[in-house]
Amino acid sequence: MKLSNMWKFWISLILAIPMLLQMIMMPFHWMMPAYNWVAFITTTIIMLVAAAPYWKSAWAAFKHHNANMNTLVAVGTSVAYFYSLFAMVTGREVYFESAALVTVFVLLGDALEERMHNSASNALGKLLNLQVKEAEVLSDGQYIKVPLEKVQVGDLIRVRPGEKVPVDGVVTEGATNINESMVTGESMPVTKKAGDAVIGSTINADGMIIFRATKVGKDTALAQIVELVKKAQTSHAPIQNLTDKLSGIFVPAVLIAAISTYVIWFVFLGAPAVQAMLFAVSVIVIACPCALGLATPTALMVGTGRSAKMGVLIKNGQALEEVNMVKTVVFDKTGTITAGKPVVTDVIGDQTKVLQVAASLEESSEHPLANAVMAKVSDAKVAYPKARDFKNIEGKGVKAVVNGEKASIGSDKLLEDYQISNQMKTKMAQLQNDAKTVVLVGLSGKIIGLVAIQDTPKKTAAKAIAELRSRGLKTVMLTGDNQRVAQAIGKQVGIDQVIAGVLPNEKADHVKALQQSGKVAFVGDGINDAPALTVADVGIAMGSGTDIAIESGEIILIQNDLLGVVRALDISKKTFNRIKLNLFWAFIYNLIGIPISAGILVGIGLQLSPELAGLAMAFSSVSVVTSSLMLNKTKIAGDHDAQQVAA
Amino acid sequence: MMQMVTLGVAILLIAFIIWWFFGKHEEQTEDAQIANNQQETTVVVDGGYSPSTLVLKKGVPAKINFQMNDSTACLSHVVFEKLGIDKDLTKQKMTQIEIPTDRAEEFDFACGMNMFHGKVIVKN
Repeated sequence: MKLSNMWKFWISLILAIPMLLQMIMMPFHWMMPAYNWVAFITTTIIMLVAAAPYWKSAWAAFKHHNANMNTLVAVGTSVAYFYSLFAMVTGREVYFESAALVTVFVLLGDALEERMHNSASNALGKLLNLQVKEAEVLSDGQYIKVPLEKVQVGDLIRVRPGEKVPVDGVVTEGATNINESMVTGESMPVTKKAGDAVIGSTINADGMIIFRATKVGKDTALAQIVELVKKAQTSHAPIQNLTDKLSGIFVPAVLIAAISTYVIWFVFLGAPAVQAMLFAVSVIVIACPCALGLATPTALMVGTGRSAKMGVLIKNGQALEEVNMVKTVVFDKTGTITAGKPVVTDVIGDQTKVLQVAASLEESSEHPLANAVMAKVSDAKVAYPKARDFKNIEGKGVKAVVNGEKASIGSDKLLEDYQISNQMKTKMAQLQNDAKTVVLVGLSGKIIGLVAIQDTPKKTAAKAIAELRSRGLKTVMLTGDNQRVAQAIGKQVGIDQVIAGVLPNEKADHVKALQQSGKVAFVGDGINDAPALTVADVGIAMGSGTDIAIESGEIILIQNDLLGVVRALDISKKTFNRIKLNLFWAFIYNLIGIPISAGILVGIGLQLSPELAGLAMAFSSVSVVTSSLMLNKTKIAGDHDAQQVAA
Repeated sequence: MMQMVTLGVAILLIAFIIWWFFGKHEEQTEDAQIANNQQETTVVVDGGYSPSTLVLKKGVPAKINFQMNDSTACLSHVVFEKLGIDKDLTKQKMTQIEIPTDRAEEFDFACGMNMFHGKVIVKN
């Protein structure tokens, strides 16, 4: 039968009770009858049940020229145990309780640490559990339930209200609100209608939809996220290099320190051999390579898991560490700061009339500006007549006949011979100064109105940039637009520096130039910004819904929301600070614990017995894991869940 | 007299520790057995990994069995950093891990605290 560490701990603790009792009663000069025999029998059982596995593992490691935590436990407990055997036979004082209690405490530490380690890696399990087991797929005109693995790309799937969307796809029928928080971190439900993308494992709230599967199995957004988080959790942070080097020599060094302790006390200070041995055993037992070894991986595990839940995927420990040294954050403009889709911002003139004419003219045009006009028209619910005799004037606009009258829409070049009022002229200049593209609408030789169009900043852009600036970071915007347009957008979002007129292939060069004054993070949409994302010290790629640009960038934001940058920075900083705190604690603990155990403070009466040293050791590795787990509770800007918990 | 003997033994012990742990040592290497276009090999986990270096053939699907003979917490997990694998070995006696062999490359593995190390080499 195999006993778990927790069981071994309880058995050992119960067996150690008589020895604990004796320790407590010692000051009252009470001696348990036949104490040596009681201690000998109980300790021997503890050694066989609980300490022997450590001895066995340490011996196997020794044969491989390796030494680890088990070596220290094995040497410490076996020295105390076998010396006590010798002492019992020769009629000297025994120290069975040291061997027994050190084992008890080490077991307790191991068992607690195991338990907490499991809860630290739990975040991933939770993500995987989000998946549903079956889906309702259209087959021979009927929707039937099939296991998730059978769902194929192209299948039509029905999702009822309250059910989970099984895989990634595009809505073909119906409309609903979907809660995507588990994947994107966005707490507000998202409205979906035909043509919109849905993400597997998100929850359909109120409507019934039918969608076509586009990604299944390991290609779905959730599967990719889980894969990425797994790799992040097992990755290394550069700060670990030092502890990795140290851990290789740590245990042999401690053994040497223990031998030296014995020699100094026994040979040079003339202490009794037993006293010198107890000091040496304490040194071996208190030394804790585990705390050093656990400091970084546990914090990384918790930090990357937590950030994934907020829609921020940090690829590895290196990225997490580098973000902390970033001085400048560079943004791509189109698609990152702005939505990347021009929208109508102003309509000058008779609103309905202007939109009617504009719609008639632009209805069949594919131009992005025409799309903006048509979006506005459908928002305003304006009905419009059909136009005829279309004439597309390349680069200038469109002419046609609307309701029997000649109508035009386009730039001022197209409408040169139209009459324009002075009021319209001033308006037009004003709008152009705000970096808006102005389209003129003409009817029967007169300009009847203006439509101003602009690629506007995303809602959260200004807030995100303000947050970054308040953290002392310099913000820069790169864009291919002309200086005037760029400045106007830059002013709206409050960015520090605007670099305009940048050709797409020059972005990486500008990032390089900015690197002269410190580390640079580049935020882009991951599709056309790949070179700049790679050149930057930290590439932050923004995704939208199912299209996660996994390949480009070290940090991936699942939501198309700039506040994700702030969150990424915050969680990285918190995690890295936690790693530093853990390492500091682990180092200090060993640096202070070992000399005290060796007896340098005996002069002021401070001395650690082996059993106290064992307790301290167990506490130190448990406290490091606890400290990492606390990362789950720290406040991160923009994390809705944490705020709800706090409220 | 006793003191002098102790000092001598201590110096010898320290010298032995340094030689034993920091000296150069041969590492065990093992090639995987190939059968039916499948290669499989077993690593015994007991105070370390034996063998600690495994050689796999490129292009042949590979599985590594970790046989757990160690019941202490130290070696309870095996971590393949590059593959994003962190497996608990204590749940069952044998834990199977699949290694991608489509490219010739090396995968390091280690215990949860990065104290024990091993390596998988995928070769042509």
